[in-house]
Amino acid sequence: MTPGRALGLALAALLAAGPFLPLGGMKEYGLHVMVQIFIWSFIGGAWSLMGRFRLVSLGHGAFLGLGAYATTLLWNSWGLTPWLGGVLAVLLTAVVAVIVAYPCSRFQVVGHYFALVTLAVGEVVRLLIIAERNWTGGSLGVSLRPAGRDSLVAMQFADKRVFYYAAFVLWLLGLWVWARVDRSMARSAMEAIGEDETAAASVGIHITRFKIGITVLSASLTAVGGVAYAQYISYVNPDTLAGIGVSLRIVFAVVLGGMYSLLGATVGTALTIALGEYLRIVFGLRFIGMAETIYGLLLIVFIIFLPSGIYGSLRDLVQRLRSAPARAEA
Amino acid sequence: MLTVSGLTKQFGGFTALNGVSFEVREGEILGLIGPNGSGKTTAFNCISGALPRTAGSIRFRGEEIAGLTPDAICHRGIARTFQIPRPFRKLSILENVAVAAHFGGAQRNAEAEARRRARETLELVGLPADPAASPALLGAGGLKKLELARALATGPKLLLADESLGGLDHAEMSGAVELLRRIRGELGITIVWVEHIMATLMRVVDRVVVLDHGETIAEGRPLEVAEDPRVVEAYLGEKIVLA
Repeated sequence: MTPGRALGLALAALLAAGPFLPLGGMKEYGLHVMVQIFIWSFIGGAWSLMGRFRLVSLGHGAFLGLGAYATTLLWNSWGLTPWLGGVLAVLLTAVVAVIVAYPCSRFQVVGHYFALVTLAVGEVVRLLIIAERNWTGGSLGVSLRPAGRDSLVAMQFADKRVFYYAAFVLWLLGLWVWARVDRSMARSAMEAIGEDETAAASVGIHITRFKIGITVLSASLTAVGGVAYAQYISYVNPDTLAGIGVSLRIVFAVVLGGMYSLLGATVGTALTIALGEYLRIVFGLRFIGMAETIYGLLLIVFIIFLPSGIYGSLRDLVQRLRSAPARAEA
Repeated sequence: MLTVSGLTKQFGGFTALNGVSFEVREGEILGLIGPNGSGKTTAFNCISGALPRTAGSIRFRGEEIAGLTPDAICHRGIARTFQIPRPFRKLSILENVAVAAHFGGAQRNAEAEARRRARETLELVGLPADPAASPALLGAGGLKKLELARALATGPKLLLADESLGGLDHAEMSGAVELLRRIRGELGITIVWVEHIMATLMRVVDRVVVLDHGETIAEGRPLEVAEDPRVVEAYLGEKIVLA
């Protein structure tokens, strides 16, 4: 067994045992932070499925918000179980993803222009949620109607451990999807499209089909993340689940960790959440906006000096160090 | 095999191709020549679907292909190379060719089969099939070979080769010429070949089509075409020297 794999298994075992570790009074808080990391890492991983192929979306908040709001409103208004509501929400999100991706692909809206289009989509969803306040709760957001007791049908549980394990499984699922895409021919096709659409089309790659496919996959997973987050927090708000703010936070976490590696999104998300929590405790309410300022500065530094992110750069370094002695021997 | 008739392409007010017509016969190597800006590459772009044509018809094996998307045209059996090589730099050399073998055929090849074909094709053109080798290691000659390998991996019936010799030294050039001959001879692939280096082209091709200012000015055997006064005039009075 390679040291990397052994380390990974040990980490997975530690995570699996997490809720039963003796953490004393910090336990609830620790679990809360971990659930957040799992869910946002999953969402970040979903984003990087597009981002790594130069489809930089600055509007994933739209998909997140659609997932979260559709499920919540279906439950609140009609008592539809989030299991079914979630499926409908993901379908709705997939349709929206096609509506965004098709014209962008058809008219070759790429690079910065694609980023701007998605930025607008994220804001449109946020503003629609605010404008339709009669049934969405507007900018005040809306709370999940309590089921009154632990309920699998309502996806509501008092015990954080349930959410911990659910989020853990979701995170693993996200990693699995990412790895599957990474090893497929579709990845080669998407890399080719990201680099040179004309050359990719000339070897028989159907550009529009691939772009729509990866966008739908990325958006659907993001919507799943939205459903999970809404069920956990049991409150949805247009500013935390749609629009520019959350969209950029997803991008930032992934860029920080590295979008070209399996664990990049997770490392980045863990770091940003840890940083956010730390700054919140240190500064409290004294310097509102301090966290965002530091995020922004870090983002600039990272994009310039470490384009493959913290995790990606570390991994490259380890690989280089490992292959150096091998070459010396040869 | 391929019949181009009345092919016209306008970019705004500029007419790059003005009613170009020619025919490609099965099994031949057809040279497509002309001075700079005469529309050779534009013709390739229209045939391969990279650019939509303004008017005219392009029939391939009895089927109208004008208006199809580039990937659909590739699936029907027309592959092309680019004048300036456009490798996928983030993929290895092997992956560059494997992706073409996987997606480019009339039916999609399984991944293992695509990799096998990619290795064969790389061997044919003389490039390393090592999965770690990156196109960044290749010089001008290697990149031209990669262009050819990627096009061939799609399993074409017709190859549009755009300046496969440009930027090559003498030895590489004769290697490339030999390669084109083998592609036609051993793989039975018909070739339309655009080239600037006239003397070499004229020795290899069966027939030539000469374009000037977006119009066909001559079509025929190399020797006849080289004597054609309109061709001589198009090349500023220089006679094409057949070494």
